[in-house]
Amino acid sequence: MSLSLELRHNGPQLDFTAEIPKGQITALVGPSGSGKTSIIRAIAGLLKIKHARICLEGECWDDSRRHLPTRERSIGLVPQHHGLFPHLSVLGNVETSLSHLTSRDRRIRALECLSLAHVEELEGRHPHELSGGQRQRVALARAIARNPQVLLLDEPFSAIDRGMRKRLYLELRRLHTQLGNTVLLVTHDLDEAAQLASHLLLIDQGQLLQAGETTRVLTHPQNEQAAQLLDIPNVFEASLESTSSALSQLRWGPHTLQVSTTGLTGTGRVKFAVLPQNILLVKTDKPWGSHLENPIPTVVQDVVALGWEVLVLLEIKGNPEVQLQMRLPERAMRRYPIETGSEVIVCLRSSDIILLE
Amino acid sequence: MMDWTAVILSVKLALVTQLFLLPPAIICARWLALTSFRGKPWIEGVLALPLVLPPTVIGYYLLVAMGGNSFLGRWFEALFGQPLAFSFSGLVVASVLVNIPFAVQPAQRAFEAISLEVHEAAKCCGLTFWQTFHRIELPLAWPGILSAMMMTFAHTLGEFGVVLMVGGGIPGETQTLSISIYDRVQAFDFSSAGTMSLLLLVISLVTIAISYGMVERLMRRRRSS
Repeated sequence: MSLSLELRHNGPQLDFTAEIPKGQITALVGPSGSGKTSIIRAIAGLLKIKHARICLEGECWDDSRRHLPTRERSIGLVPQHHGLFPHLSVLGNVETSLSHLTSRDRRIRALECLSLAHVEELEGRHPHELSGGQRQRVALARAIARNPQVLLLDEPFSAIDRGMRKRLYLELRRLHTQLGNTVLLVTHDLDEAAQLASHLLLIDQGQLLQAGETTRVLTHPQNEQAAQLLDIPNVFEASLESTSSALSQLRWGPHTLQVSTTGLTGTGRVKFAVLPQNILLVKTDKPWGSHLENPIPTVVQDVVALGWEVLVLLEIKGNPEVQLQMRLPERAMRRYPIETGSEVIVCLRSSDIILLE
Repeated sequence: MMDWTAVILSVKLALVTQLFLLPPAIICARWLALTSFRGKPWIEGVLALPLVLPPTVIGYYLLVAMGGNSFLGRWFEALFGQPLAFSFSGLVVASVLVNIPFAVQPAQRAFEAISLEVHEAAKCCGLTFWQTFHRIELPLAWPGILSAMMMTFAHTLGEFGVVLMVGGGIPGETQTLSISIYDRVQAFDFSSAGTMSLLLLVISLVTIAISYGMVERLMRRRRSS
């Protein structure tokens, strides 16, 4: 059973329906102002939604008849700036969420949670004496203290430096493996979603654009809007010339592309996307032959070093207004040096060409 | 010479004013801090009126409202067998009303300083309204509430115009320290007036310093949270 959501609201604008799988980390990804935080606040019962249906395993927290108060929902929340109580110690912060227990049990459970979050040695400190990473761990310890079925993380790593963030990713994964609760992680960082979440919900302007397994969503956008949000620059328009059961032919400027398709019918204008890392550079000494899939002659416009990767901007021969972006590992550049102005052949494998709706 | 009767009366008035004013002022301050509605500036304006109106104007309206011909005056006299105007009870009513902005505003600022995330975190921790109020909000707003208490105390000790209009300066009943200083000056007893003025000056200075210290602490906490 999953956490099922149906949210319709004006100001903030929401028209959102989704299923969040049980026991998994699901990332809610979208640009600023897309309604991510509103969705998480609605699940927590902090935002009253005009038309809401929020059900967890058959128990409805929100529907047309009821709005369960936040304190009665089995949730833990880590807000963006951690929301720690500044006047209470670290231990006091965690104990606050355990007011249903006796004083002795409260202390035992709070220390257990601090230990799980690896901050047991900070129990006597106050929030202003902690670093960003420590505050985040304390907020996490407080959020898991009541053993919630759903853990809501609202951009919890946004105020933390990059190095600490990487360590916290590992800690969150470890904690999730131990606890096994359903986690909804709000983020606008695709790398963060890729590293932490097994499922991904892509939203914009309060609407779900795409949902599915993280790798699948990140590599197979359904439409142009999703491709834009997934930061895929290679989105082009072509004509669908012919279709068969397994392959279709696209006319793209002077070039013809073979595309793997199933169930595609008709002809006309279509849009397609290619991930920059899926564009293959053909070795210059490789014989030009029929075994190459969709070979495209190009001219290198620019080479941008990005550390361990290189971004190569290519102009398509015979289609100069189109620019193709290719990402190569840095070591590939050392083996096959290419420079601005040189002519190279790239391959677009038929299975890597994604037709957009 | 120090008029100890006036000193004791002033301190008594200040303490009784606190007792009656603070609980509703804290509730009102919290409500104004956490809610937003169309008529809010008007309500805040009405509560702040004693800061800008001349004390004689406030005193005049209060005297009219408490006098023997008014509903409030007649009701009070029927219930307690004594007039409200020119009595200690009347002085308390006037003092409570005049001190509203001094009590509400610092407390309101303190409640406003508590972030939305802290309020929401309290709800997610399973706290009820009252648990949130006394475990989270009151301790966080405490510097502001202490500041409100200090300001109210100091202002009541020093209040002159309204006290004179409503109380009339009856020794032992409504003659507070500031009225006593005025009477001593009228009688050319500058030595007594000077001693009592110095006492008021010291009390006011200490109170204001403590109050500013509390606000500074509140701002530090706001910055660090």
